Amino acid sequence: MPADIAKAAGLLFFVVVVQLSVMANVDILGGHPNLVLVTLVSVSLLRGAVFGAVAGFCVGLLADTGVFGTLGFTALLLTLAGYWTGRYGETTGRDRAHAPLLSIAVITVLYQISALVLRYMLGEPAPARHIFAALAPTVLLNLILTVPIYALTRRLLRPREWVTREVRLLG
Amino acid sequence: MPRNRVSAVLGSSVPRPRPQPFPSRSRSTLRRRAVVGVLVLLSLVLITISFRAGSGGAVHRVEGAGATVLRPFEVAAERVARPFRDGYGYFASLVHVKRENSRLKQQVNDLRQKELLGQSALEQNRVLRSQLKFIDSPRFPVDYTPVNTRIISWASEFVQQVVIAAGSDSGIKQDTPIVTNYGLVGRVTDVTGSAAQVTLLTDENSAVPALDQTTSANGLVRHGQGQGSLVLDFVRKEANVKEGDVIVTAGTQSKQYPSLFPGGIPIGVVTHVGQSDTALYKQIQIDPYVDFSALDAVTALITNKRTPKGP
Repeated sequence: MPADIAKAAGLLFFVVVVQLSVMANVDILGGHPNLVLVTLVSVSLLRGAVFGAVAGFCVGLLADTGVFGTLGFTALLLTLAGYWTGRYGETTGRDRAHAPLLSIAVITVLYQISALVLRYMLGEPAPARHIFAALAPTVLLNLILTVPIYALTRRLLRPREWVTREVRLLG
Repeated sequence: MPRNRVSAVLGSSVPRPRPQPFPSRSRSTLRRRAVVGVLVLLSLVLITISFRAGSGGAVHRVEGAGATVLRPFEVAAERVARPFRDGYGYFASLVHVKRENSRLKQQVNDLRQKELLGQSALEQNRVLRSQLKFIDSPRFPVDYTPVNTRIISWASEFVQQVVIAAGSDSGIKQDTPIVTNYGLVGRVTDVTGSAAQVTLLTDENSAVPALDQTTSANGLVRHGQGQGSLVLDFVRKEANVKEGDVIVTAGTQSKQYPSLFPGGIPIGVVTHVGQSDTALYKQIQIDPYVDFSALDAVTALITNKRTPKGP
């Protein structure tokens, strides 16, 4: 478990830095790929709800401090994203090949809409038209990112069933 | 288990015990819900504190510390990504290179003529100012010291804000104007020792008093409908603004509302002028000189000259 935490922390820190300094300015067909969200969903699917929620909170806090944003804003959204994906991974999504893609598509839509609503509630700029116009390309870009990111995360954080199976075979 | 014992159990009408949840499982559910509940609550508390504190207090210091920790990594990532971004930009620009070349040649000819006229006007202006012993507010660019710096991170698509790699240690303050070689970029809205947050001109909360360089028609430059577009608002219908006119910052024109920006910084060129019978003002669209989607290095304008304030 501590090894898992260290690996996930390293990966997520790297991803936050890349997202803030490189990916945040990427605009392809009006969409903005969210590397942090994709990686968090991958980690949560493999390590469950509690791990996902805590990882989401820490990553969100880091992202908020990095851009002088409202502290806790991204943390709240990513906590819920990590928790929901983790629960899906623990229950229905277990052993399903389409689970990462489905999770990313749903979470991206929910994340964008929740962020929009939250911004509106806080009285900050909430350009709904722009967000809805960019929703489809953003989902598409995140889905494209999911394939390599999930494979990398799976390599780094091997699914627990594999470890148990290997122990059982060796035992 | 012996075979006869199994059959005896199957044959009898023993009532089935009520299924009890596994203690470990119910404990785990409780733990899971408690963890997520605490995290959500913590996030909401942080949002509230951050929102109420504004740009000061303990939360701001925490943000500053976080930004300082992230800064070297962001600078490194940006440096690694730059060649790839430049390469992509190079190949993307090849598509329009021929048409752009002929347009730029024409523009060079026009500008050469304007430069000659501008030089003589500038010299005349200097002489007249010295003869009049004219007392002026800080002027752009002569009264400003440039601090050149790099953009190290970008906010989300919701807000048009960037973080630059220079802060109060370099003399940058709240509301310091930020420009590039092309024109106005925005102003500093939050600052720590080593970094500063810049709100771009295209943000919903940005507004800059500006004027048409040709006709001196006044207005307010704000964000437009599309991403990265700008409009010149509150221009009276009588004003004779035309397509191709250059829009620059107006500087302070009212002692009640002093401008944060010095006058004369280029903003963009007028691309469309419209007016309707019902609207009170002209509808003027501007194409900004600065490409806000490809910002890389920027300049903070620092002045020690006091900006005059109305009595």
